[in-house]
Amino acid sequence: MFGQIHGFLNNFYKYRFLLLELIKKDIKAKYKDSVLGLLWSFFNPLLQMIVLTIVFSTFFGHRIPNYPVYLLTGRLVFDFFANGTRGSMSSIRSNASIIKKIYVPKYMFSLGVVASEFVNFLISLVVLVMVMIATRAPFYISLVYTIIPIFLLIILIIGVGLILTTLTTFFTDILYLWGVMITMLTYLTPIFYPISIIPDKYIFFFKLNPIFAVVYTCRQCIMYNSFPNIHYILYLAAWAFASLIIGVYIFYKYQDQFILNV
Amino acid sequence: MADNNKLKTYLFGHDVRKLKNEKAIYNVILVDENGNPLKDEDIILNVDTVDYKRKTKADGFSTLNINLSFPSDIVVKYEGNDRYLPSSTENTISIDEPDVKEIERKKRIKAEQEAKIEADKRKKREEHRKKFPVSDEVAINVDHVSMEFDLAKEKVDNIKEYVIKKIKREIKPKTKFRALDDVTFKINKGERLGVVGFNGAGKSTLLKILSGVMKPTRGNVSVDGKVAPLLELGAGFDYNFTGQENIFLNGAILGYRKEFLEEKYDEIVEFSELGEFIEIPVKNYSSGMKAKLGFSVATIVQPEILILDEVLSVGDIKFQEKSRKKIESLMSEGVTVILVSHNTNTIRSICNKAVWLDHGKLVEFGDVEDVCDHYVASAKNASKAQLKNLKLN
Repeated sequence: MFGQIHGFLNNFYKYRFLLLELIKKDIKAKYKDSVLGLLWSFFNPLLQMIVLTIVFSTFFGHRIPNYPVYLLTGRLVFDFFANGTRGSMSSIRSNASIIKKIYVPKYMFSLGVVASEFVNFLISLVVLVMVMIATRAPFYISLVYTIIPIFLLIILIIGVGLILTTLTTFFTDILYLWGVMITMLTYLTPIFYPISIIPDKYIFFFKLNPIFAVVYTCRQCIMYNSFPNIHYILYLAAWAFASLIIGVYIFYKYQDQFILNV
Repeated sequence: MADNNKLKTYLFGHDVRKLKNEKAIYNVILVDENGNPLKDEDIILNVDTVDYKRKTKADGFSTLNINLSFPSDIVVKYEGNDRYLPSSTENTISIDEPDVKEIERKKRIKAEQEAKIEADKRKKREEHRKKFPVSDEVAINVDHVSMEFDLAKEKVDNIKEYVIKKIKREIKPKTKFRALDDVTFKINKGERLGVVGFNGAGKSTLLKILSGVMKPTRGNVSVDGKVAPLLELGAGFDYNFTGQENIFLNGAILGYRKEFLEEKYDEIVEFSELGEFIEIPVKNYSSGMKAKLGFSVATIVQPEILILDEVLSVGDIKFQEKSRKKIESLMSEGVTVILVSHNTNTIRSICNKAVWLDHGKLVEFGDVEDVCDHYVASAKNASKAQLKNLKLN
């Protein structure tokens, strides 16, 4: 066991530069041939927020103080999850030409996508800060606690990403199935509406969604100056580490067969 | 007499008393009395009472391919027409009786000379090999390795199909294809192993397993040392990246460190001969430029184990020479080399050990000269047998 972990760390250390190069490649590929390039990571959430605010602020605006910030917090977190898992799951297939020819630790491709999406996420946080300044929202000290749910979110994305990558390599359907799942989750997560509009008898099911826990706790830290709810954090942590363990397990179990299937 | 108005004609054929071959080409020329060649005239060549009709060409020549079995008389006749008088010529062709003893003697001398040359070559190669010390430490241990591929006739890659077939119990036991079948050998540090075998013998699969791309279905492979697989040049080039960016990306895929690449960057660019092209995206490169860049990045390391599929030489003649020399320098003292090649001469000149694979099975492993001799002999037999079965219509 220790030998394996040692071997893994050694290998990871050897290929750490590859991770950096993959992040660079992914980011460059994302905005390939566009004039604004990386600035799109900034404009995309901004424009989305403006449109959604115009549309929904009449419905929910009076219930939610500072609707733009509320919306943006949810949107950014959710987009990170959606893009991270979606990119991760096709990473093995899209790098099949490399995997078939040269030995590379395969999880690097999955990890690389998650990391580049994280960079994207960090860039789009600038939008959040700007919107907070523009709406004169206070900057609470509790902002620093966002690190906790975000860290757990990264673990969750890596774990779910590894599970999906393994499944997609054997069944292409998962790619489309997950697309549907993401769309459903967009509406099942209180991104643009307040959780209070959900009838009490269904609220339990909404709270099962781990992304809800991330969104909720992030808003607590950013908007309501409070420490993230410990129950939500624990629930999220359980999801994150469970998916990471399952992900690592099945990825390692089946990774030698990837080459035969892609 | 009308004949008085006609021109005289002459037929000349060669009179060959002795021929070495049973097959011969017989030429005749038809000219008029002034020496002008006559075109498109019918002549009859009679070889051993068989007539062959031929027309003369523009230069008056006519040619006949003949098979001769004994001294032959050739009578060539021209019948003449309203302008020319007829003519004829008679010649003899005989075959030289082959001197069996003389031929045998010459063959023997030739064989002796060849054997001597071969022996000299072997000696030279042996001396060359002795220059590379072989250590007692095992570098590569291939232990009962088998590699199987599924040969599914229908690929089930979506869940619906999978579930339906599973329920109907229609998922047939897949037919397995064994690319490698229980292969075992060991090579020490500093040894050079040549891999020979016909197409589909499992050579490439073996290399892929040794370089870590594939895991064997059964058995173990242990490789001790830094491996540089020179199998695929420029794998993972991103065509939107410039040459410079691709040096780092490709280097990272090969597992090089950033500092190492920065240190060697100038050397790579210089070797690749790309000059200022290094600043433009690889999508605008010619295939030769891509190959040069890939080669330059891949060969920048000094590996402990070098894995090669054919001795690579890429680019134009000038670069080929350069890349061949580079490979030779990589094969310096103490480096373990694994080389796949169809050219047994290359293998003999580089390797000291060889492994012969056939249909995934190890046929022979041992000294390079022995293995190559047996392999070549078997290849000759195989091609003879195949040729025998070929029906020529």
